[in-house]
Amino acid sequence: MTGFDRMATVATTEFRLAFRNRWVLLATLAFTLFALALAFLGSGPSGALKADALTLTAASLSTLTVYLVPLMALLVSYDSIAGEIERGTLALVLATPLKRGELVLAKFCGHLAVLTLAIAIGYGIAGVVIAGVHGADDAGLLAWGRLVATAVLLGAVFIASGMALSGLPRQTGTAAALAIGAWLVLVVLYDLALLGAVIVDQGGVFTKTVFPALVLANPGDAFRLYNLALIESNAPIAGLDGLAHTLPFPVSSALAVLVLWLAASLAAAWALTRRIRP
Amino acid sequence: MTDANILSVEELTVRFGAVTAVDGVSLTVAPGERVALLGHNGAGKSTLFKTVLGFLKPAAGRLSIGGVIPGSDAARRAVSYLPEQVAFPKALTGAEILTHFARLKGVSPKAALPLLEVVGIADAARRAVGTYSKGMRQRLGLAQALIGAPRLLLLDEPTSGLDPVSRREFYDVLEASSRAGTAVLLSSHSLSEIENRIDRIAILAKGKLRAEGALSDLSRRAGLPIRIRIEAAEGRVEAVHAYLGGERVNGRSVVVTCRAEDKVAALARLAELGSDVADIDIALPDLDDVYRHYSGLTVEGATQ
Repeated sequence: MTGFDRMATVATTEFRLAFRNRWVLLATLAFTLFALALAFLGSGPSGALKADALTLTAASLSTLTVYLVPLMALLVSYDSIAGEIERGTLALVLATPLKRGELVLAKFCGHLAVLTLAIAIGYGIAGVVIAGVHGADDAGLLAWGRLVATAVLLGAVFIASGMALSGLPRQTGTAAALAIGAWLVLVVLYDLALLGAVIVDQGGVFTKTVFPALVLANPGDAFRLYNLALIESNAPIAGLDGLAHTLPFPVSSALAVLVLWLAASLAAAWALTRRIRP
Repeated sequence: MTDANILSVEELTVRFGAVTAVDGVSLTVAPGERVALLGHNGAGKSTLFKTVLGFLKPAAGRLSIGGVIPGSDAARRAVSYLPEQVAFPKALTGAEILTHFARLKGVSPKAALPLLEVVGIADAARRAVGTYSKGMRQRLGLAQALIGAPRLLLLDEPTSGLDPVSRREFYDVLEASSRAGTAVLLSSHSLSEIENRIDRIAILAKGKLRAEGALSDLSRRAGLPIRIRIEAAEGRVEAVHAYLGGERVNGRSVVVTCRAEDKVAALARLAELGSDVADIDIALPDLDDVYRHYSGLTVEGATQ
């Protein structure tokens, strides 16, 4: 039995558990419903160019994704280490030849497979419905595909972060609190704080130099900027998103930020799991 | 290295900061041997187990699993563990959990699944663990520990909370696997929970090993007194007390204590009282008295 076989076993069991716990169903429904609601209720592509519907919805959905995907990702992963300590199964699992690094990586892969499935099905259904109703052009399909792929990357970042946070406490409850805190800080409060600083700064040095870097450093904002910057449309964008077309960095740097976040979170999850005494 | 023991612990000390949880403990377990580790909560049993598993690093002393270091690949393959508190995922079935652990241990699930039969929960193999009773979950835990016929089984308080029938069946399974060569080290907090099917007992208190040996040896070495309670015939209690000495209790009875080897002589003296005696009751020291004696707690009438 190799390390790969052991990791496949752990990942498969995580995947199976997510199905049994109805997590997959819940997440898929959430993604489908929110995407459809945005397409047909929110922006309501009522202009002359109906074929733009997919592109326009991709733009507005990228904003919603920043809230929804991290939440779902943290929901699936916050329990992964602390929960096993609390239930006593971590000691059992670590008494087998499974290494701690293998455990972390395998759980990450299992969770990511589950989240990818939910995003692909949810946004896939919504995309097909929008294209069926309004038609689709190449630009729209490309924007939609980019949205789905980067949403998975964003999800991977937050699954890894959730696992790192799960390696800190010994109780599931504390891990849940940490996950909610992380979501609030990274997804909600971070942007508010930056906007506040920009207003106070009145277009000074901070706004021109530090601000774009700080926006890009946040994984949610990096995801949104990447998607919006690549969408060629005259859809109205406001607030932080105005930066999408005036970013003083190449667009690919947003992807690099996401990959860095992913690598750092996985490393943290591994390091924190290593020091646990089950 | 020609160490016949699957587990050998020498002068092991484990500390958590300023607290010494295990203090200079030496212990060996040979293949096929069943050893019970006894101690109250906080005596150091779980700490010792976790050190054997390689989860905790010793502050001093040596520990070897059949010649290899705890926590190494070879040690992990040799040792199986059942923690005191384990809650398997409720949504999985017993068969799925057994398959999961078989794969982690590199054993084919086909070879592992018959273990559900061995521990007597084959009927529930396809049911979710959430529907299992406590006894069934404990049996599943044991089946998990037996996967791949480990050379050393570490069971942390495996029978606490089991009913007497389940407990006997639990020991039946342990006996079968020890006959096949598996060494068993199990912990308990009370001697009365240990069936008379354990080869050796090691008593741990405050991290130190207080006594070790076969149960019969330990109870003889403890030299605990036998208590004889004599109920006197109507109005004869003074006469009985004057003749035997001892202690008067509740009006009609006298209690005397004697050592095990003096029992027959004491009964002969009693017989001389004839009709003054209405009834006698002999209480031998029980297992928990023996345990309390060694773990340093006071025993009524102990000769110490």
